[in-house]
Amino acid sequence: MDSLGAIYFISGRGDVLIQRTYRDDIDKNIPAAFRTNVINSKSLDSASTAPVRQFIGSSFIHLRAGSVYLLAITRTNSNAMMILQFLSKVVDLIKSYCHGDFNEEVIKANFVLIYELLDEILDFGYPQISEPAVLKSLIFQKGFVLESTKKKREAAAQNATLQVTGAVGWRQDSIKYKKNEVFLDAIETVNMLMSAQGSVLRCDVQGRVVMKCFLSGMPDVKLGLNDKLEDVTFHPCVNLGRFQAEQVVSFVPPDGEFELMKYRCTGEEPWPWPGQGINLPFKAVVLVTEKGRTRLEVSVKLKSSFPSNLFATNVIVLIPMPEQTARANFQLSTGKAKYDPKRGSLVWKIKRFAGDAEQSLSASVEQIATTREKKAWSRPPMGMSFQIPMHSASGVRVQYLKVWEKSSYKVDKWVRKLCKSGDYHTRF
Amino acid sequence: MADGRFFSTTKKGEVAEYKNDLHSLDRKSQKNAVKRVIAAMTVGKDVSSLFPGTHNVVNCMQTEDMELKKLVYLYLINYAKTQPDLAIMAVNTFVKDTQDPNPLIRALAVRTMGCIRVDKITEYLCDPLQRCLKDEDPYVRKTAAVCVAKLYDISAEMVEDRGFLDVLRDMVGDANPMVVANAVAALAEIQASSSGPVFVIDGAVLTKLLRALNECSEWGQVFILDALAAYTPADSRDAEGIVERVAARLQHANGAVVLSAIKLILHAAKYIEDAGARAAIHKKLAPPLVTLLGAEPEIQYVALRNIDLIVQSVPGILSHEVKVFFCKYNDPIYVKTEKLEIMIKLADEKNIDQVLLELREYASEVDVDFVRKAVRAVGRCAISLEPAAERCVNVLLDLIQGRVSYVVQEAVVVLRDVFRRYPGRYERVIAPLCECLEALDEPEAKAAMVWIIGEYADRIDNADELLEQFLEGFPEESPGVQLALVTATVKLFLRKPSEKPQALIQLVLSYATQETDSPDLRDRAYIYWRLLSADPDAARDVVLAPRPVIEAAADGVDPALRAELLGELGSLASVLHRPAAAFTSAARLAVRRASQLGAGGVGVSRSTSTAADEAGGTAAGGSAGGSAAATPHVPTPPAPVPDLLGDLLDLGGADADAAAPAPTQAPTTHAAAGAPDVLDLLGGLSVSNGAVFGADAGRAAPGAASHLPVLLAAEAGKGLVIRGGVEREAGGQLAYQLHLENAGAGVPLDGFMIQLNKNGWGLVPQSQTIPVPRLAPGASASARVPLVQNPASATPALTPALQVAIKVSQLGVLYLADAVPLAALLREDGRTSPEAFVGEWQALPDAAEQARTLPLVIHAVPAAQASLEAARLFVMAHKSVPGAEVLYVTGAAGLPSGQRAQLLLELRFVPGQRGVATVFKAQETSLAPAAFDAVAAALS
Repeated sequence: MDSLGAIYFISGRGDVLIQRTYRDDIDKNIPAAFRTNVINSKSLDSASTAPVRQFIGSSFIHLRAGSVYLLAITRTNSNAMMILQFLSKVVDLIKSYCHGDFNEEVIKANFVLIYELLDEILDFGYPQISEPAVLKSLIFQKGFVLESTKKKREAAAQNATLQVTGAVGWRQDSIKYKKNEVFLDAIETVNMLMSAQGSVLRCDVQGRVVMKCFLSGMPDVKLGLNDKLEDVTFHPCVNLGRFQAEQVVSFVPPDGEFELMKYRCTGEEPWPWPGQGINLPFKAVVLVTEKGRTRLEVSVKLKSSFPSNLFATNVIVLIPMPEQTARANFQLSTGKAKYDPKRGSLVWKIKRFAGDAEQSLSASVEQIATTREKKAWSRPPMGMSFQIPMHSASGVRVQYLKVWEKSSYKVDKWVRKLCKSGDYHTRF
Repeated sequence: MADGRFFSTTKKGEVAEYKNDLHSLDRKSQKNAVKRVIAAMTVGKDVSSLFPGTHNVVNCMQTEDMELKKLVYLYLINYAKTQPDLAIMAVNTFVKDTQDPNPLIRALAVRTMGCIRVDKITEYLCDPLQRCLKDEDPYVRKTAAVCVAKLYDISAEMVEDRGFLDVLRDMVGDANPMVVANAVAALAEIQASSSGPVFVIDGAVLTKLLRALNECSEWGQVFILDALAAYTPADSRDAEGIVERVAARLQHANGAVVLSAIKLILHAAKYIEDAGARAAIHKKLAPPLVTLLGAEPEIQYVALRNIDLIVQSVPGILSHEVKVFFCKYNDPIYVKTEKLEIMIKLADEKNIDQVLLELREYASEVDVDFVRKAVRAVGRCAISLEPAAERCVNVLLDLIQGRVSYVVQEAVVVLRDVFRRYPGRYERVIAPLCECLEALDEPEAKAAMVWIIGEYADRIDNADELLEQFLEGFPEESPGVQLALVTATVKLFLRKPSEKPQALIQLVLSYATQETDSPDLRDRAYIYWRLLSADPDAARDVVLAPRPVIEAAADGVDPALRAELLGELGSLASVLHRPAAAFTSAARLAVRRASQLGAGGVGVSRSTSTAADEAGGTAAGGSAGGSAAATPHVPTPPAPVPDLLGDLLDLGGADADAAAPAPTQAPTTHAAAGAPDVLDLLGGLSVSNGAVFGADAGRAAPGAASHLPVLLAAEAGKGLVIRGGVEREAGGQLAYQLHLENAGAGVPLDGFMIQLNKNGWGLVPQSQTIPVPRLAPGASASARVPLVQNPASATPALTPALQVAIKVSQLGVLYLADAVPLAALLREDGRTSPEAFVGEWQALPDAAEQARTLPLVIHAVPAAQASLEAARLFVMAHKSVPGAEVLYVTGAAGLPSGQRAQLLLELRFVPGQRGVATVFKAQETSLAPAAFDAVAAALS
């Protein structure tokens, strides 16, 4: 199975920002074909928007990141999953070199760096080393390196080859910190879809454990979690065999920040037995009644079901309205609300929402009378966004976090939790 | 300073300016000039004239500055082909670099040389490559390994002559995992383009690769897993070993590793003999498959296309996960479409209500294309899932009554297929359909409607008027509709040979034979005309013959192709659902042709399912279109000849009256099994859980409450008395029957909800809502909560204990303990063969046996047999032994996993005498007490 033949970075207008060809017979007309068939395509059905397609005898696999397309071309039966995962990794990699940004300007400003990276991370179209931490020991971030330190680093880079291809490729053993610290953030995204009748059609929690390790030497870290996890995926540094045998997350961490693991929990709401399934932080009852041709009555009751000593912050409720909405009058128990014509929704903002509390909104909405026959309104679901610090919707708990290093230094450990909304929708 | 400014130079004479800078001795301006050249190259400018004096390139190459060196190499890779001299001048520097003390420079040189496809360079590549393959530094070795594949692409003989393949094969055993991974990738690629055995994976190689798998980078893991998919396990144990070693990969963060691991595990599982072990392995694959959907939409798309293949090949693997595939409001359309496809395939009797509710919701979205697909999905569920067809048809009916034009049209098209699948069963739908004729303006929908009118002409009173409406615009209709109209008019005439149809048929046939340009239409009209005038009876036999019922299982990928694609999960072929050979060879040809013509941009996009779907759907009007639409993945070519033949074949030969079903049949025969559906229909079908179950509750209410035990008395239930229990209904549906009485709460109660704690049988309520109305003080109501079994909610031990929580808005949560009677879990198909019974009895160890004497009296064997079988305990054999009668009884309890626990019982008794000595034997020994209870309950 061959791999990718060429990679293109293409702007939203269809201009080629970067191109690197790895195989011989790649058609010169690829950017034009991509512009015509993907970027400027008028049809919006699934066949003409799919990310894997074939034109002019080549297979086009693209990933959209913001306004930029990453396009991989292959002419053989390549591993499409690997190519897409790789493109996604390239975006992450460039972000990690460019302070978290990825857009047309950043790519243009760093094109030399990106060419250098593309030379290193792909060889003959086969993905090679793509770990930012490792690459940074080979390819130095631009504009920040003095000539003298650069010499030193280049000398060090000569020795880096053993390490980047080795079994613990993600860490150098010469790291030293005065103060050894570990930060662990468990960030959970709750997705929910509730029917108009109040039954939960879908809910799941996507969790990420992000660590920041400032540890000297080659530390062994062990993390114990309660057995709540359904599907877990780990950073390459985690010993998967050990997890399977003993359920212990054991690893030698890369230096600095990295995503240790991702997990997913599903399950119905656990109201009778806390600790099972997912605790949905908010539930809403939404009623929208059409009063005649030009008026709507909206009533929303929003109830929080996390512990009362916690707070949700930046709660935003979006209630979609029909196109011809003109204005709305509100009665609120808390927060601020307005009709936002740009989003076509009533927007209700609550800065702080206590746990185990209930708030309500009622609004009367006026619409512009039209002579045209009204199109049926599809009633898109009500959306919500929020953040709840120190809450876990899945009930995952960190039972212990142990760091062991041969010099047995003291380590400061910090554990935080954050629960935030993903697709949080209530139909009405 | 940002490099972006290099893109912005557009002024004239810039090329000259670069030249000056390139000639400059100043490092900095030299480097800037090279950057500008690369930027110009990126945007497609020809900058090949920039290094006229080749010494400049070499000069730049010899720099100590790695960044500048890499930039110049990049330039060389791009222009070496058009300027071979340039490359040749650089050769010496390259060769020198491959001996540099810095491993990074050695690797860079050999990597770049491999990319320059100029013969002169290639000649000089071999010696350095040989050295680098044996380099002490793994970084150089891993680069050299890939370089062998590059060289093979240029000159296979050179690789063979120099023995590089042997070196590569040795590298599979290298101590460094990344070297192993790249060697594997290179060997796999060479193998693919070579006819001889280049890379044979035997036991020894397998061991090496599995060892490297744990240590190498994520991409290396993909190379190795993909290569291992070519290994044939020696035996079942070998296969199990592979699965065990690879299973840990399922937890990798990289979806490509996960999918390649799944591919390998599915491949190895084929060689495992024990079906139970195979099923256990398949079960393990479900969570990682679902996890793949947590990524970017593009990755989800690839995952979904692969899951589509997997659920077709391993049915049941995701049967409990249908909810995961419900569309999110903001999913891109290509993700929604694939999810829909999988929802249809996962739909079964247990989840169809949920699925329909969801599809109903999609049908009210704004994206027309998606709405149509949702409507079509309802029809496909109806066709593939007979027990749920009634419910699906009700949803379609409801959609038609919504009067949204494109929804109605799509519904008409799928209903035609439903009629073809279940002839004569849903005629009640015809009347509402006929009311929305004016909404039809698409040819496919019109043709479908015309077909329905023709087919059911004798059931529709005003069929002649309806057809007349269509005939008014006959000359302007599209060919598909015209063909359908001709056939329908003939059918009408044959079914109702009265005056008006006769006039219509003359009109149609004379137009179709004299005024049309379409040869198909004319030929068909002539055939009908001659048939009718020669022998009307023969015409009836031919035109009104019963049509073959269309097949349900025809949607999906052809099994042979599916098996091939399953071995290539993750690949382009698996995403496109087309064999690799179809697009790779075609691709090569196309490129060659394009380069010969010197032109390009001819978008030959061959989309997969949808295009075929459309083609099939519009290929032909009438019945030919019907069968095509039901098999959407087989494109029907809209060629005229097969079309006509198809229609003629359709006209087989039999008596019309014999084929005509009784019009009232559907409602009466289905009233018993499908009572809620009929009620739904009457209730205007505002499909909601509450409404449907509310109707059910009404049915279950009278008398049902009296036999239910009290689970929670008024004092414990804060004034609410709860009676209830798990029961099995006719048809095998499990339900929690409840009777709620507001005996002393003092206020009206509402908002009843139920939840079950994890339990031995994995029972969960289908909906948490208990469908009872508000209970005023003193009032009571019965309700039924359908239950389903879900392995995710099962405790490991098979105990009957059931913790129930009931929530009432006014009272909060009430907890109560109940037990699941085994009788409710006994399946209707619990019978086994006498041989299997004896075999199993003997196979089970003594430890699986338990005995108890039940205080029962059995008077006569036949009566006992009847009452046991009513409780789904089946008598396998009856034996009279001296002084006693012996019954051998069996039953099968449905386990949460969907498998069955076969229970074996021996009942020994003396008729009329108290005491039945019962022996129980089963794998699941914990079921013994419950089994004794079930026997006692059946016989007392």
